[in-house]
Amino acid sequence: MSAATHQHVHGHNCGHDHHHHEHNAGPIRVDALLSGRGVSFARGGRTILEHIDIDIGAGEIVTLIGPNGAGKTTLVRVLLGLEKSDSGTIARRADVKIGYVPQRFDRDPAIPVTVERFLALGLPDAGADVPAVLAEVGASRVAGQQLHGLSGGELQRVVLARALLRNSNLLVLDEPVRGVDYVGEAELYGLIGRLRTTRGLGVLLVSHDLHVVMAQSDRVICLNRHVCCSGVPETVSQHPEYARLFGAQAARAFAVYHHAHDHSHDLAGEARPKDPAQGQPK
Amino acid sequence: MMEPFFIRALLAGLGLGIIAAPLGCLVVWRRMSYFGSTVAHAGLLGVALGLLLDMDLTLGVILVSLAIGGLLVVMQRQRMLPVDSLLGILSHAALAAGLVAAAKLSGQRLDLMGYLFGDIFAITNTDLVWIFAGGAVVLAIVGWLWNTLVAVAVHEELAAAEGLDTRRAEAALILILAFTIAIAMKIVGVLLIIAFLIMPAAAARPFATTPEGMVGLAALFGVTGAVGGLFLSNGWDIAGGPSIVLVLSAIAGFSMTRLVFAASR
Repeated sequence: MSAATHQHVHGHNCGHDHHHHEHNAGPIRVDALLSGRGVSFARGGRTILEHIDIDIGAGEIVTLIGPNGAGKTTLVRVLLGLEKSDSGTIARRADVKIGYVPQRFDRDPAIPVTVERFLALGLPDAGADVPAVLAEVGASRVAGQQLHGLSGGELQRVVLARALLRNSNLLVLDEPVRGVDYVGEAELYGLIGRLRTTRGLGVLLVSHDLHVVMAQSDRVICLNRHVCCSGVPETVSQHPEYARLFGAQAARAFAVYHHAHDHSHDLAGEARPKDPAQGQPK
Repeated sequence: MMEPFFIRALLAGLGLGIIAAPLGCLVVWRRMSYFGSTVAHAGLLGVALGLLLDMDLTLGVILVSLAIGGLLVVMQRQRMLPVDSLLGILSHAALAAGLVAAAKLSGQRLDLMGYLFGDIFAITNTDLVWIFAGGAVVLAIVGWLWNTLVAVAVHEELAAAEGLDTRRAEAALILILAFTIAIAMKIVGVLLIIAFLIMPAAAARPFATTPEGMVGLAALFGVTGAVGGLFLSNGWDIAGGPSIVLVLSAIAGFSMTRLVFAASR
């Protein structure tokens, strides 16, 4: 781990045009599942992404936050290979298997397909593992139902189960709580956190719900076409650029929601188990 | 005792009903019906091209279909006009060009009405070989790529993000669609081919719970439509293509009624 070269918080002046960039992310992290370096993307003469550096390692939850139009979804699509960046490099570790939960999952009622069939689709012999992954995400009840009849929350769990069935080691979730009620939202984030722990998954999460996300993430990247600031949630939330983007009130409100983790972070945002001497978590 | 021409027509209808079923379902799932009819309309131009260049007519149709598919891909690089407008342009440009070419060739060897509306009773043994050998190739390709094709139909981006080769699936689909249309053209004609693909699949949807179940039912409906249409055509002395599509319409209409009533309950 290149903790020595990895700065605690990178900061840029968000509100202004940049003519000069400092890039100190350095070479691609060898342990990272998925990395982007200097990723730029423009469409129709409009810059959407500018020199983005990002790494997602195994067992860490990296969250992308940023206002509407900040390029969060575009960055995810570029990292997934669904869009081609204009410049920069995307590197995937050789063994990476991506499970993707897209922002919109438009189901087509014209296709008759059960949840079980959807899960196994494209896998030669997955049938036997289907009940296990459905139980893992708490969606056993819908196994035999038609995919197009599921509620938003059920659908998200099923898409998550599909990723698990493929033994994905990297989950990419683009605003996974869309169309899910508040209770379902907390449950879904809880589930993602548990999967990270039990399966050691890397997770790239896109969100604009600051509270829940800040509490769940190991590292937060604040995006507004370029990386405004990044680091562990505690420091990002105190960064002036974060306050500028989300308002001082949001930054303060976060402090209220801050709750005990079962681990702490080193300076680079790497999770490490909580020292038992520091007392009982929660 | 059945006449040989009627037996050939029955065999052709039977074969096409089965070949069209998986493809028809994919066309419905992928919302490709307008694309399908564009390729079908271009078929006439393909026949004219085949006659002009003195090559196999089926090959001419396939070549023109592929050219249309390629042109559509190029035209989609612009982002101002929606795909249905592009297809509207291509479809009618191809039909107009085909009609003009047919007019120039008429009196020579081109039976325009036969190609527009099909002439199932004029099916020859060579045509039957095309239908069954070509159909076997189409079904083999569909069977080989089936899981990918269904995965792409369910959610294209998910399939792509998971590493499935969606472009290959797409290309294969366009290729076999062109091929199917080429061999179906003589039976139902360029104007009605797409009905042969969509109607059985649409009629099957309300009764199906799996993709394969939908294909099976679509095949049953397609064959029923073809055979029923033949008897209708023979009995009333009307053209084969419209007769078949009329029977298919009745089946689709019955199914649709069921859907509409189920939705309003």
